[in-house]
Amino acid sequence: MVDTLTNEGRPAAAASPPPAIELSGISKAFGPVQANKDIALNVAKGTIHGIVGENGAGKSTLMSILYGFYKADKGEIKINGVPTEINNSDDAIAAGIGMVHQHFMLVQPFTVLENVILGAEDGALLKPSLAKARSALVQLAKDYELEVDPDAIVGELAVGFQQRVEILKALYRSADILILDEPTGVLTPAEADHLFRILEGLKAQGKTIILITHKLREIMAITDTVSVMRRGEMTATVKTSETSPSELAELMVGRRVLLQVDKTPASPGETLMEVRNLSVIGDNGVPRLKSISFDLRAGEILGVAGVAGNGQSALLEVLGGIEAASEGSVTLKGQPLDLSHAQTAGLRREKGIGHVPEDRHRLGLIMPYQAWENACFGYHDAPEFQRSFGLIDNRAMLTDARGKMDRFDIRPQDPNLKAANFSGGNQQKIVLAREIERNPDVLLIGQPTRGVDIGAIEFIHQQIVALRDQGKAILLVSVELEEILALSDRIIVMFDGKISGERLPEQTDENDLGLLMAGIDPRESAA
Amino acid sequence: MEWVDVLRLFDSTLRLATPLLLACLAGLFSERAGIFDIGLEGKMLAAAFASAAVAAWAAAPALENPFPGEISGLGLGWTAALLGVLAGLAASMLLSLLHGLASITLRGNQLISGVAINFLAAGLTVLIAQDLFSRGGQTPQLTGGARFTEITLPLAETLRGIPFIGPLYADVLSGHVIFIYIALLAVPVSWWILFRTRFGLRLRAVGENPGAVDTAGISVTRQRYAAVLICGVLCGLAGAYLSMGTSAAGFGRDMTAGRGFIALAALIFAKWRPWSALGACLLFGLLQAISGYYPKIDLGIFVIPSDFMEALPYILTVVILAGFVGKATPPKAGGVPYVKER
Repeated sequence: MVDTLTNEGRPAAAASPPPAIELSGISKAFGPVQANKDIALNVAKGTIHGIVGENGAGKSTLMSILYGFYKADKGEIKINGVPTEINNSDDAIAAGIGMVHQHFMLVQPFTVLENVILGAEDGALLKPSLAKARSALVQLAKDYELEVDPDAIVGELAVGFQQRVEILKALYRSADILILDEPTGVLTPAEADHLFRILEGLKAQGKTIILITHKLREIMAITDTVSVMRRGEMTATVKTSETSPSELAELMVGRRVLLQVDKTPASPGETLMEVRNLSVIGDNGVPRLKSISFDLRAGEILGVAGVAGNGQSALLEVLGGIEAASEGSVTLKGQPLDLSHAQTAGLRREKGIGHVPEDRHRLGLIMPYQAWENACFGYHDAPEFQRSFGLIDNRAMLTDARGKMDRFDIRPQDPNLKAANFSGGNQQKIVLAREIERNPDVLLIGQPTRGVDIGAIEFIHQQIVALRDQGKAILLVSVELEEILALSDRIIVMFDGKISGERLPEQTDENDLGLLMAGIDPRESAA
Repeated sequence: MEWVDVLRLFDSTLRLATPLLLACLAGLFSERAGIFDIGLEGKMLAAAFASAAVAAWAAAPALENPFPGEISGLGLGWTAALLGVLAGLAASMLLSLLHGLASITLRGNQLISGVAINFLAAGLTVLIAQDLFSRGGQTPQLTGGARFTEITLPLAETLRGIPFIGPLYADVLSGHVIFIYIALLAVPVSWWILFRTRFGLRLRAVGENPGAVDTAGISVTRQRYAAVLICGVLCGLAGAYLSMGTSAAGFGRDMTAGRGFIALAALIFAKWRPWSALGACLLFGLLQAISGYYPKIDLGIFVIPSDFMEALPYILTVVILAGFVGKATPPKAGGVPYVKER
């Protein structure tokens, strides 16, 4: 086991400064759910401290207590050695704590400047505050690589820039302690790298940073110390240099986790789907997909890599029957598919194309509906769910849902619970169970593990590989390169609506794919 | 059409646009803060009644008991009108607070609360009017000091001689009751408050993303109540104008006649912006003025009936909203009660 460094950050000698944050005995319950149990945490000044844990482990609750969103039932907070009452966000800001929320707390139609001064205005009139913020922003941009156009409308900025505005907001309020909640979830790899450079810069200036994430790679790359939370408890705090991803994964989940996907080489069979010159034009007249061609064979996983927004969504939508193609053809087992607007996702499913959509909240599930309803949507017309007189057989659906929950280890195992009340991983398992158990010939999967915790990722990956081994064809779209490399038998990379290259996983690496994702083919330019 | 007719049409437009404009700006403050308000109509109606009733009571001779009820008058002069306006403001703000209580504190459905306020006002005004004055739900005609009189703007007569601008100033802009000038002035003032002050910044922010305001350490609740109360003040002025500043000079049942809803339409047409609200309200005012001046249009072959002309502003409202608004994006957090995460 790990040596828990209980002394980490404590004033070892009288001369060393008190920790930036010292929490002791923090407990918080929501009704019967104990979200935080007797948490102790020390964060040394001028360090980057990671907090990892699965979804629902209590990380966000703990940080919300620190930022004054909730009040702890018990426990003490010391900021720089001084006991501090934090009853609301105002108190937290006054104590020098700034937070970058997972879902940005920005006013989209406002300019960057307006967002920065909101709540920190100097007087009743805006003009002097805006002028002051403008010059402060110039200075901050210079100090920390945080360039943002102060007059840009926030809603029109890329997410990476919006996140900078969040950081600027905190710094403008002269925050010394910065909490970032899952900051890289929405970023491209390049944006994430830039963020890490910014964080290094802030650390160099003596700021203290708390990074909440479930991505172990980031923890290893940037943090000095890392604390692990599991089921509301702080299970360990270790020096990052003295631990490893597999050890952290084990601490998070409470058992050994396979970070590598166990799979045998593929034995692809006949071509199930042929895509030729497929193009899609978006609502605004801008082409989303530009003449894509590829084959998909039985018994293989074809990975589609690329930075989000380079045509992968359009590809899934047009194959899944949600969007119409403007040009091109697709055949399934030799039969041409109708790609016009007359086609629907339902008709695609009847033909044997299952679809696990990228955005499960928007397209995969109906969040306020119960699990058993969600477990059969799209297939609710199936004969086994029908009773006479056009009524549907709720009991059959419930039984069916129970079976799926059992086979896919969906927890809590209660088909009457609303979809919204499941964790991200279990929601995704509901969608997967629904699509996989219909035995499709071709399964389209978008971002299978987005927002899914590590234990569930392992399970979902195993299911995908098992489906391949049954001779199904799988089109896997993911922005996670690790996932693409681990699962795919063949990889195509998309850039600007086109395929910028094709690779075999054993003949490529993240660098090579990263260049293709930026539209540069290193092999062509070398030749 | 004669030049004189045009001037008269514009003059009438201004009068008809005023209650719309006040109500529209009222809705603007409320909706910019994320509180949808279809109760503008009800608030105007309540204010119109409260103003007329209090003014009539205050202006009636003190020694007599002119009404079948048991109240005797106060016998006041021009202060009666002032008391009337204050009563109108109070009535409207009270309903605003009710709407705030339902939709901010109790997190209820804002549309339902608004509808309820409209019904409440429609019923309650007539009921109380009948009980107090026994005139079939009307208040007595306001006369003398209990009414607002027209103000002649300075230099109106001197400038009349200047071609084009002179008559516009003297005959269109000058010679209205004070409410019209308040309404016109409210446009730049609203713009300034919303876009140049801290209060306005925060108000617009709670309508777009209350979470951003909350995490910045500001109370969402207080900000939204402030907006709703401003809405009440402006609706109160609109109502007081209807019963005390127009030729009606008194309250009649349902005298708002859908103006609160037309104001909402104008608000959407104006895309929640003060200057555009002025334009939209003037347009709707003009439509009403035209139908007022030309009740029948004889086309030779057949005559457009007056019913149609009366319905025209409403029909055009629908057409404009359906066809010409383009993409109007309401404040994003509009209609959604704010609950802290989880």
